[in-house]
Amino acid sequence: MEAEAAKLIGAGLATSGMIGAGIGLGTLFGNYLQAAIRNPSAAAGQQAMLFLGMALTETMGLFAFVVSLIILFAS
Amino acid sequence: MVEQPTIDPMHQFLIHKIVELPSFTIGGLVVDMSITNSVASMLAGAVILVAFFALTARGQLVPNRAQAVAEAFYNIVDRILVSPIIGPGGKPYIPYLFTLFMVIMVLNLMGVVLALGNLGGLSLTFTVTSQLAVTATLAVLTFFSVFILGFIKHGPKFLGIFFPSGMGIFGAIAMAPIEMISYFVRPVTLAMRLFGNMLGGHVVMSLFGSFVVALGIVGLSGGLATLAFIPSALSFGMIVALTGLELVVAILQAFVFTALATVYLNEVVNFGHGH
Repeated sequence: MEAEAAKLIGAGLATSGMIGAGIGLGTLFGNYLQAAIRNPSAAAGQQAMLFLGMALTETMGLFAFVVSLIILFAS
Repeated sequence: MVEQPTIDPMHQFLIHKIVELPSFTIGGLVVDMSITNSVASMLAGAVILVAFFALTARGQLVPNRAQAVAEAFYNIVDRILVSPIIGPGGKPYIPYLFTLFMVIMVLNLMGVVLALGNLGGLSLTFTVTSQLAVTATLAVLTFFSVFILGFIKHGPKFLGIFFPSGMGIFGAIAMAPIEMISYFVRPVTLAMRLFGNMLGGHVVMSLFGSFVVALGIVGLSGGLATLAFIPSALSFGMIVALTGLELVVAILQAFVFTALATVYLNEVVNFGHGH
């Protein structure tokens, strides 16, 4: 296989790390909504924690994105 | 047949010089003082920030519109982040956290709101926070000031954050390397998060922008190819939606960066208070 083709395939495969970030974000917002519907009065107070959790989860997906960019452009 | 434009979403992140200034050398390091598009955007952001707060600084009991906006931003940092997370001990650090929040938010928003300049190969504007050098500087500055503040406030006892309590002496020593790694990876994740979000969003927007032009040119050739106008219009709708999303992301990422800085600061300020 040519090196260029292997690089492109590798960059594509590297993005599969985003699967985990997608599952994580779904779990996060799903559970938040579930809790917020059960107890709407407590929902507003937890929004800062929600976004914090979102940021931490999203980072994992962004790592995959950055790895694929490194494969494409920096190697 | 019109020539197809090349699709190059990374072109908008290239740095080029606008004004050439002489470079000088300090201890073997060449310092180039030229004004690049990155520097120009940062200067514009600084001017916007200073002008905004200079205009709203005259406090009135009943605020006018601009002052209400400025107070709303301040309340985000004070009432949503610092007061609930750190408590009264966090008051002295609000100026730094507020500056961090405003700088990141203004630079992010400048990249989205003024991004029209990137159409057609022109790059009049530039998203400063999509440069890893800038985000890494902000992250390292934040992380190490917090880390050093811990030693100033608590002395060598501050090393205790690497030894989790309630695990016994051997458990704590075994956990120390893992805790250290997870502690020192923080500036990396801080920098990567802002950089990745900004870069990713702008690449996607630029890609859909290229689709509009490329498919529109295909549609111009007439006949059955006229159908290509449909995906072209859909791509344009996608850009509108993505711009809205990017506006949210720009503010959210500034909020998240400040929130994480607040959480890190909380470990220092409330060190040894049941954490």
